[in-house]
Amino acid sequence: MNAFFATVRRDLLLAMRRKSEVLTAVFFFVIVTSLFPLGIGPEPVLLKKIAPGILWVAALLATLLGLPRLFAADHVDGTLEQMALSPSPLGLLVAGKILAHWLLCGLPLVLLAPVLGLQFDLDASALGILTLALLLGTPLLSLIGAIGAALTLGVRGGGVLLALLVLPLYIPALIFGAGAVEAHIAGLDVGGHLSLLAAMLVLAAFFAPWATTAALRIALE
Amino acid sequence: MRQSLIQWFKFASPQSFYPLAGRMIPWFWAAAAVFGIAGLWISFFVAPTDAQQGEGYRIIFVHVPASWMSMFIYVVMAFWAGRGLALNTRVSAMMAQSLAPTGALMAALSLWTGALWGKPMWGAWWVWDARLTSELILFFLYLGFMALQAAIDDPRRADKAGAILALVGVVNIPIIYFSVKWWNTLHQGSTINLNKAPSMAQTMLWGMLLMALAFWMYSIAVALMRVRAIILERERHTEWVKHAVE
Repeated sequence: MNAFFATVRRDLLLAMRRKSEVLTAVFFFVIVTSLFPLGIGPEPVLLKKIAPGILWVAALLATLLGLPRLFAADHVDGTLEQMALSPSPLGLLVAGKILAHWLLCGLPLVLLAPVLGLQFDLDASALGILTLALLLGTPLLSLIGAIGAALTLGVRGGGVLLALLVLPLYIPALIFGAGAVEAHIAGLDVGGHLSLLAAMLVLAAFFAPWATTAALRIALE
Repeated sequence: MRQSLIQWFKFASPQSFYPLAGRMIPWFWAAAAVFGIAGLWISFFVAPTDAQQGEGYRIIFVHVPASWMSMFIYVVMAFWAGRGLALNTRVSAMMAQSLAPTGALMAALSLWTGALWGKPMWGAWWVWDARLTSELILFFLYLGFMALQAAIDDPRRADKAGAILALVGVVNIPIIYFSVKWWNTLHQGSTINLNKAPSMAQTMLWGMLLMALAFWMYSIAVALMRVRAIILERERHTEWVKHAVE
């Protein structure tokens, strides 16, 4: 487990040395969500209705923006090969990298979402559900995205290809994440949505680091 | 190693699979033609006109088999991809690669004929129904698989990366399908209920089954032709390919 925490710490430290990369994805999230009212019009009823979907789609795209960074730098300078050769299992190190990626790209979105939700006239309880759904959903996005990032490592046109591979797999998270907030606004029970999100998170937490490791080994061959 | 075990892997080598595929292709083409002609004859001349939908319903004789094939081919593709990954057999990976374009074609055909059918029946080219939406996502998955394989220059890496993507996709397909289904029931956007299909006349069912068999045979024939081309391309440095092409 030491290797796991060391990887998390290293990735966080590296990101802190180059803050602009992390902040870009966060500001992208803020700007995209702010563009929608400008495009659609400031009518509060309509904005409230589309808010969960917009915030979730923006979170999806912001996560996607940060994904190529997950392994690219380590692949270029050879760190990834050293990790594959190290005595600690590569899966554990990969899980550490995914966790660090979520702390840098996912958690800021979760913390910002309530503030951005205010722009869309969501009330306090809806904001709470939105934050909770994003808290369950963004790690799922990082986990699934890591598979795509590993598969497209060092591939021509990797960024666009990554979107093509990963976005269809994000659809269930989008449906249940945005669905939870919509159900809450409609006065329905949100337990089912959140449970399904959590179930998918558990499933992905088990399988995704493993699939990512397999994909990384192929890329390193 | 027992003799029988070796026999199982005989056709896992491109060199022995290439002539076998060549011998099988005409049979599958012939079967596709026979089933296709019989199916089309039943669906155009024998099957009665539908009381509610008129003649337009005959699109289902293409639409339904195409939808079936699009889903089935993905599973078969994932099977070959997984086999190639587990046993490191080259022909398995080539089979997966050769099935993808046919699967994408079937998904596209299914969406296209669905739109043609939807316009006169529902008055809309597209509705956000669960089946339509999941078929569209399946189409995206095929495109992703083909794009990934095309983007990687080293064929061995392309095979393995594609295999992982196909397996991740096949795990996700049920999750995607049910999430889209629940999303659709939650929203209740359209009033159309696809599940309440009227009971089908016997001849219609026969027409559809024959057409499904024709599509099946066509898919196998085309996949085998494509795999032969892939084998020639990838094994072009070997001695036997030089003789095979002559």
